[in-house]
Amino acid sequence: MQERARKIRKNVVKMIARAGSGHPGGSLSIVDILCVLYFNEMRYDPKNPSWKARDRLILSKGHAAPALYATLAEAGFFPEQELLTLRKIGSRCQGHTTRMLPGVEVCSGSLGQGLSIANGMALSAKLDDIGSRIYAIVGDGESQEGQIWEAAMAAAHYRLDNITVFLDRNGLQIDGETEKIMALEPIADKWRSFGWHVVEIDGHNFDQIKSAIRESKIAKKPTLIIAHTIKGKGVSFMENAVEFHGKAPTLEEAEKAMMELEQ
Amino acid sequence: MKSTRDAYGETLVKIGKENRNVVVLDADLSESTRTKLFAREFPDRFFNFGVAEQNMIGTAAGFALSGKIPFASTFAIFASGRAWDQLRVSVSYSNAPVNVVASHGGVSVGEDGYTHHAIEDIALMRVLPNMTVMVPADAVETEKMLWSALEWKKPVYIRTGRQKVPIICDSCDFEIGKANVLRDGGDVAIIATGNMVAEAMKAADMLKEKGISALILNIHTIKPIDSDAIIKAARNTGCIITVEDHSIVGGLGSAVAEATAENYPVHVTRIGVPDVFSESGPGDSLLEKFGMTAGSIAQKCMEVRR
Repeated sequence: MQERARKIRKNVVKMIARAGSGHPGGSLSIVDILCVLYFNEMRYDPKNPSWKARDRLILSKGHAAPALYATLAEAGFFPEQELLTLRKIGSRCQGHTTRMLPGVEVCSGSLGQGLSIANGMALSAKLDDIGSRIYAIVGDGESQEGQIWEAAMAAAHYRLDNITVFLDRNGLQIDGETEKIMALEPIADKWRSFGWHVVEIDGHNFDQIKSAIRESKIAKKPTLIIAHTIKGKGVSFMENAVEFHGKAPTLEEAEKAMMELEQ
Repeated sequence: MKSTRDAYGETLVKIGKENRNVVVLDADLSESTRTKLFAREFPDRFFNFGVAEQNMIGTAAGFALSGKIPFASTFAIFASGRAWDQLRVSVSYSNAPVNVVASHGGVSVGEDGYTHHAIEDIALMRVLPNMTVMVPADAVETEKMLWSALEWKKPVYIRTGRQKVPIICDSCDFEIGKANVLRDGGDVAIIATGNMVAEAMKAADMLKEKGISALILNIHTIKPIDSDAIIKAARNTGCIITVEDHSIVGGLGSAVAEATAENYPVHVTRIGVPDVFSESGPGDSLLEKFGMTAGSIAQKCMEVRR
């Protein structure tokens, strides 16, 4: 798992450096969550991406697309070399996720929309009684969108215990710290008061991620896992550096990052 | 006389009986949109989202991407305006086959005033790639349209109305994207959509008494628009009047002007709400005020015909 996370992080840096633009910070912060989901938890078939009874991941924070793309390539949905076409004309690896790319469930990029879609999928899974579990990754800055709370209300109202949402709590958004731009705290209390089961973990600790997912499966409510993460995780000069929210590393920086990730 | 929203509610029950994959979503307006009829019949497949249109449309996308056939309803302006970005990204861009069936189109809604008059929805939906935009003229066309939408498997926006309208299309074929000539004529072409088709027919009767023959083209599908039918009407008459219960900016009139300008330029006069805010008042009086009744349409035809 450690190896895979390392490889995915390297691909993320490589892709964004090659593209010359992109969002490294919030991509690197969710790599460990994606690894547990795709290599330990979710049911899916890369040869048959539309298999009806699959588990699904909705990446609501669509700017973290490079992390999802690199994970899907690692999972065998498409050839790894396609990652290097990120943000180029004609590429299936668009700047923000699109359904063109096998394994991607929905287009995203305009923030705040993913949880509603996850709810629709969770309701469908219940109607069809196919036992699919729906996962979503929501950004903390993204949680300032009103639609997130509309969807949070609806998931509790319809008792969607087949939904597990990760809140990528890295504390930063484009303009700075979330608590300075528009405070979210007490975020756990907010979700609890909306009727959710809330767990808080270290979002870079595989065991904690796994056990939080286990817990979400037995909860009788929708579950929010507040994953405390480090934006830019794994690359020293990107960690907690707000400027790397939406800036590509230079080739020199990328090289340095690759060296760090090798170790 | 029957409103297209009533036809929607009744047809939805028939569709729900036929197809177990149909689910219906509403945002606290199920009485007004008539989805209540479905809710009563199939409570397990009806989902109310409260006053939260953006979440409703997003959830509909999730249903559609899981193989369900969602029909999502609220007032036309809240669906198309409030949830526009959700329709843009979650629905159109994702090519999620969601059927948005939005009631209360146009100023004919009446007393609630501008905030509740959808006079921009056709423009807002028409600009989205992947989106099919339809407006039924009467109850019969509504029913045919809904059955077609069920098989269409693409994002669809259908606008229904609150006002009761006469049945005009009982003997018409219905095919998405294919306009119907309801009456042939050579002096002027009146191209209309939705509740305005009935007014156009009345206008044609008035013109006939004056010896003017008007061609009536019913555009039930505004996107993809039937350019061939429009160009043919332009060739046959050399003069087009468009009529819609919508702003003259961006709606049917604009779509017709685009089709003619690029292919067979003729004079196009747009009848609809001018570029202003509408207001409260009885629906009929508002149509009168904005020159959208049969008398005004006939008058305009006499002024501009060749």
